[in-house]
Amino acid sequence: MATQLLRRRVNQILSQANPNSTLQLSLARTFSSATAPIRATLFPGDGIGPEIAESVKQVFRTAEVPIEWEEHYVGDQIDPRTQSFLTWESLESVRKNGVGLKGPMATPIGKGHRSLNLTLRKELNLYANVRPCYSLPGYKTRYDDVNLITIRENTEGEYSGLEHQVVRGVVESLKIITRQASLRVAEYAFHYAKTHGRERVSAIHKANIMQKTDGLFLKCCREVAEKYPEITYEEVVIDNCCMMLVKNPALFDVLVMPNLYGDIISDLCAGLIGGLGLTPSCNIGEGGIALAEAVHGSAPDIAGKNLANPTALLLSAVTMLRHLSLHDKADRIQNAILSTISEGKYRTADLGGSSTTTDFTKAICDHL
Amino acid sequence: MGGGVNSLNMQLRKELDLYASLVNCCNFQGLPTRHENVDIVVIRENTEGEYSGLEHEVVPGVVESLKVITKFCSERIAKYAFEYAYLNNRKKVTAVHKANIMKLADGLFLESCREVATKYPSIKYNEIIVDNCCMQLVSKPEQFDVMVTPNLYGNLVANTAAGIAGGTGVMPGGNVGAEYAVFEQGASAGNVGKEKMVEQKTANPVALLLSSSMMLRHLQFPSFADRLENAVKRVILEGQYRTKDLGGSSTTQEVVDAVIAKLD
Repeated sequence: MATQLLRRRVNQILSQANPNSTLQLSLARTFSSATAPIRATLFPGDGIGPEIAESVKQVFRTAEVPIEWEEHYVGDQIDPRTQSFLTWESLESVRKNGVGLKGPMATPIGKGHRSLNLTLRKELNLYANVRPCYSLPGYKTRYDDVNLITIRENTEGEYSGLEHQVVRGVVESLKIITRQASLRVAEYAFHYAKTHGRERVSAIHKANIMQKTDGLFLKCCREVAEKYPEITYEEVVIDNCCMMLVKNPALFDVLVMPNLYGDIISDLCAGLIGGLGLTPSCNIGEGGIALAEAVHGSAPDIAGKNLANPTALLLSAVTMLRHLSLHDKADRIQNAILSTISEGKYRTADLGGSSTTTDFTKAICDHL
Repeated sequence: MGGGVNSLNMQLRKELDLYASLVNCCNFQGLPTRHENVDIVVIRENTEGEYSGLEHEVVPGVVESLKVITKFCSERIAKYAFEYAYLNNRKKVTAVHKANIMKLADGLFLESCREVATKYPSIKYNEIIVDNCCMQLVSKPEQFDVMVTPNLYGNLVANTAAGIAGGTGVMPGGNVGAEYAVFEQGASAGNVGKEKMVEQKTANPVALLLSSSMMLRHLQFPSFADRLENAVKRVILEGQYRTKDLGGSSTTQEVVDAVIAKLD
């Protein structure tokens, strides 16, 4: 009781001093005792979402991860405060907890509301999308030595949605690059590289053609690079990057890119390691918010049949743990997942096996 | 970066109105890569789109770049793609786009492609979003035949396709307009401006040789084109004379001599 009062008072003091800082959240946690659980928001999502979310909960329980889940569901009514099917309470919960895990969500068809992903991105100010791509040992694809992270700016660039028809048959679309957003994502990229022991950051661009826009992005990256002299910084033109990725992906370490290139390159890298069903992803927002998510679809055709592959959501949950600096738990779970897949005895249908979701989850728990 | 070699390319394309860029990506016998059965032709709109060069700084720290798509250019490139597919006995044309996000711009491109597709009922037409396309290219490239794309996506897709089929050192290509045609290496990422390659003479001449055979075909000299192409293909198949990017150690001159020796 006393510790709770102390923690609340500390939070109050810190929130008055520094409203939007990662420092606030991490300090609040260091004041918590080691056994007090961290609250995290969980959006199970649609389709296969609830099953794979259950897998995550089970694995975390077996590994004794100090996370307490707060589940929220997408409603079936539009909440006027958020203009979408996500309620204000759900968003507030993510803002308060600072971390979340999201399963696949199918945006209902219709007009008059924002897409769920767009709502999350705008309301929580998620500015960077981080996708670690590494070859899964034991799951053979054509590329065995992939070990890279793609960090993509998520708010502006070509996806600003600003288009108009000038005259009939002529359309213009605006690509916006700002110093603020570029600096923000570059800072995150170098910070990530430093905290995860990465040696090289490559900025991907097309500044030889788009001299001012990508030129500004590069300038911001260079400024941030000077603050991290121990990390090698290089710049790679995007067509060169695509070619190098398909020939020799081991050449890359951390990639930082504006929105469109990031979209394409991160999906290309997902294709190198085996597809979206195995790729973890994490969205970083202002104030140190991290929302890990599974980027695959909700697969309504196999929903409820215990056939879904929970790997993507599990690996995303591991990314979330790393963000919370629970590195030893993250390593244990990741190793358990990788050894289960590499053994080959328990694999779900999409990896060429015939196990059910529950068998696969149980095999991971046994490996812990 | 800025005013370098690439802008000269753009100038050439705009002045001569070379509106279609062709890149032929296919596996060569004797050159094993991670992917088999690759036989893709990427037809890329060459004059507008993201490379219009229209940028300005709104206020310090905020820059805008205009991507322009017009019905005229989209229709032109779609017609070229379908006509190419028809004349070369290709079965499928795939349009690459991001119209779920850029609804008006890429939407206009797709509309033009769909209209042209209705005039060629014997050729299958489908559409694919560019990020999915790149993912499919690295996992299942055999599903693609002819691809028609706007400017930027075309650049990325061509380089990716060239990479999976053997590298930019071997893929031929050309820029074609209504009145003029300029043939060059299909995808030239990574090779431009490297002083060391010039000094050590390790540049791969295969791509330019194959592009010149494309030029011969364009000029209606099919027998010469066939002779040149067969000689080059035989040299690659034998595998004795290969430059560094293909895993060998010959110089440019050695490869050229080998090709000349094989001409019959």
